[in-house]
Amino acid sequence: MAIVFLSAMLQPLTGGVSQVRVAGRTIRTVINHLEERFPGMKERLLQDGDLRPDIAVAIDGELALDGLAESVGEESEVHFIPPISGG
Amino acid sequence: MAEATAEYKVIGTRPIRPDGADKVTGRAIYGGDMRLTGMLHGKVLRSPHAHARIKSINTAKAEALPGVKAVVTAQDFPVAEDRIANLGEMAVNVKLLSNNVIAVDKVLYKGHALAAVAATSSHIAEEALGLIEVEYEVLPAVLNVLDAMKEEAPLLHEHLTTTELGQKTDKRSNIANHMRFTLGDPAQGFRDADIVIERDFDTATVHQGYIEPHNATALWNEDGHLYLWTSTQGAFVVQRQTAEILGLSVSKVSVTPCEIGGGFGGKIAVYLEPVAAVLSRKSGRPVKLIMSRIEEFEATGPTPASHIKVKMGVKKDGQIVAAEASLMYEAGAFPGSPVGAGCMCIFSPYAIPNMQVDGYDVVVNKPKTAAYRAPGATNAAFASETVIDELAEKLGLDPLDMRRLNGAKEGDRRVDGPTFPRIGYMETVHAALEHEHYASPLHGPNRGRGVASGFWFNVGFQSTVVINVNADGTVSLVEGSTDIGGTRASIAMQAAETLGIPYEDVRPTVAGTDGIGFTDVTGGSRTTFATGYAAHEASLDVLRQMKERLARRWDSEVEKEFEGQAERASVQITPDDVLYASGVFKCAKDPSKTMTFKDVSAQMARMGGPITGRATSQPRGIGGAFATHIVDVEVDPETGKVAILRYTAIQDVGRAIHPSYAEGQIQGGAVQGIGWALNEEYVYNTTGNMANTSFLDYRMPTTLDLPMIDTVLVEVPNPGHPYGVRGVGEVPIVPPVAAVANAIYRATGKRMTQAPMSPGYILSKLNE
Repeated sequence: MAIVFLSAMLQPLTGGVSQVRVAGRTIRTVINHLEERFPGMKERLLQDGDLRPDIAVAIDGELALDGLAESVGEESEVHFIPPISGG
Repeated sequence: MAEATAEYKVIGTRPIRPDGADKVTGRAIYGGDMRLTGMLHGKVLRSPHAHARIKSINTAKAEALPGVKAVVTAQDFPVAEDRIANLGEMAVNVKLLSNNVIAVDKVLYKGHALAAVAATSSHIAEEALGLIEVEYEVLPAVLNVLDAMKEEAPLLHEHLTTTELGQKTDKRSNIANHMRFTLGDPAQGFRDADIVIERDFDTATVHQGYIEPHNATALWNEDGHLYLWTSTQGAFVVQRQTAEILGLSVSKVSVTPCEIGGGFGGKIAVYLEPVAAVLSRKSGRPVKLIMSRIEEFEATGPTPASHIKVKMGVKKDGQIVAAEASLMYEAGAFPGSPVGAGCMCIFSPYAIPNMQVDGYDVVVNKPKTAAYRAPGATNAAFASETVIDELAEKLGLDPLDMRRLNGAKEGDRRVDGPTFPRIGYMETVHAALEHEHYASPLHGPNRGRGVASGFWFNVGFQSTVVINVNADGTVSLVEGSTDIGGTRASIAMQAAETLGIPYEDVRPTVAGTDGIGFTDVTGGSRTTFATGYAAHEASLDVLRQMKERLARRWDSEVEKEFEGQAERASVQITPDDVLYASGVFKCAKDPSKTMTFKDVSAQMARMGGPITGRATSQPRGIGGAFATHIVDVEVDPETGKVAILRYTAIQDVGRAIHPSYAEGQIQGGAVQGIGWALNEEYVYNTTGNMANTSFLDYRMPTTLDLPMIDTVLVEVPNPGHPYGVRGVGEVPIVPPVAAVANAIYRATGKRMTQAPMSPGYILSKLNE
């Protein structure tokens, strides 16, 4: 199961839990399982059924490009982080 | 000058830029050169107040002035939706974006647009602005992040409430967002530390200082289609923003990017385009708007002023065991400062087991901030790198050895969570330690040497490239990335390398939204990486098609040779049997069969028709960038003026496609950082009027102020790119402010905690 890192900005929903092992082969199912364990997570991460525009997902250090369909490996690290742009 | 390596024939050489002749002869078409039949000239009325309620706007007298063809206010714009939209490289609240382009009920900074005029001449338009009557209720302004965060501060937005650690609250405040990143156990880390240092830092508002001002020419055609010509870092981002603000489908907006005279992040957000469009719709004629330098300073997006607290703890052996920071960034009049990036960068050059970083995005009565090279990272590095320098001094360590002890490597974790892939930070530190500059003695009074490091993520995003093969064996490359810093060359070079043809045989063209597939902005140090990736893939597509055609041709020749013979089946030629190297195709099964790239190009018409290679990219494998800078300064103790004696910028560039342009980016970034360190700042009076709205008074460094910036290109190839490219354009602005501060400390014995370190500030420190 993938390890999801729950940042300080998600911890109000997790009661301070900062890491959790979650089943799921895509980000969509990972978020679904997070929601089961930490209600409110979907609302926090999704907008109109997709990832919020102001949230990015990093899987094993790489930014996810396929949104909710992005694949998650059995031992992957998943992070929800602010999106990066640049000048 | 241009030298090929054994590995590559084109990459690593220094050819002439394709757009060079047009630019040095003045023939390149910039936005200011636009001339359309019947074109009108527009001017924008801007607020004289930093904060005021608009009670009424009367445009009757302006409309009656002969020569005036249209006057517009917010009433002429659709009511924008209050929602977050992904507009290319950024997520933006559409309503706030629109309200920045044209004020609705309040003006939130001096220079905020609230009406515009189109007339037959710019003089008439200017005169008409003076005839627009605006009644204001002037409100108290707040001009500093710490003041704006106070409970009793005047509120800019009546409905803005703080988002606290990701949760919406009902607390009305100028603090739009409070974010936090935590790693390990910072409290325990500080308990374990032998030395703890805590310092506060302030940085001023700084402008990108691009030479060419913002401009836009619009033609809203009678058929409802909107055409725009503009100076931008990304045509598609202008298209999306303008369409959102005007309530149009993107397919109704065509954007042609003109040549661009600098951007550095400041030419991503739109300011003039929607206004020119609405003026055009109302007047029925094309309208051109160009900003003055005063408007540039007062009404575009500078980089934020900030207040930063940093606390770091270290063991006696030099290991940093804990770090904390609070970054308070001015967003300007609307939320959206780069404080998140600042938080994620501030300690990234170091492997620190316990960290906590808090970020606050705070609105103030100043122009909405915009990106500026590595947005948010320079402010942050000024604070952290100054404290690192002080820790090294307390430990009796060389400041570069301090970095060698603690520097981040592959597998180390950033405060925001992800671990680093292959990076070259340590290589930059080693290169600095071994550099002749660092080893050379620095004699004389009031002189000092400083070092600092910096990190920037770089980004990938989306790019499209099309390569059309010409009958003479050259190719035309069409890309959507506007060329700010030599990317026509760097993209063409990667195509030439992959195609195995000379660089001069690739002619690159930057197309607008009607001429190429979606391409994100030239920004985020992404273009040579991501558009180069697309160029490589499009080149492979060309070669794939050529191989398929050659396989068919050669197979048919074999068919003829073996006509009626049983052996035929064993000598079928497939595309996999067609080999390609150095511009020549060869048949693996029959060495006598060869054809050059030029031959295939010449015979395309008889080999299946035109050949066009296409590719889109949204690459993974982004390679972060690190830099380490060394600077020698001399401080005049009587005037406080700082002279830069010598400067060396060392950077991991992955692979330098065109070393001269990589060096140029590094030199430019370092110079802008030195300006930020020593002189540049928005000076405001108490009512929010900027006092230095010209390049005479807003002091940017010139060639007369600085020595040659020496560069060292460290090449740790990015494994995520076919040619090892990392972005180079942003990270060179990250270390300079801290490096200069540390050098001034060595020269004066005084720690710098404010940027700019102007003569007045330094004198005040010397007189403490």
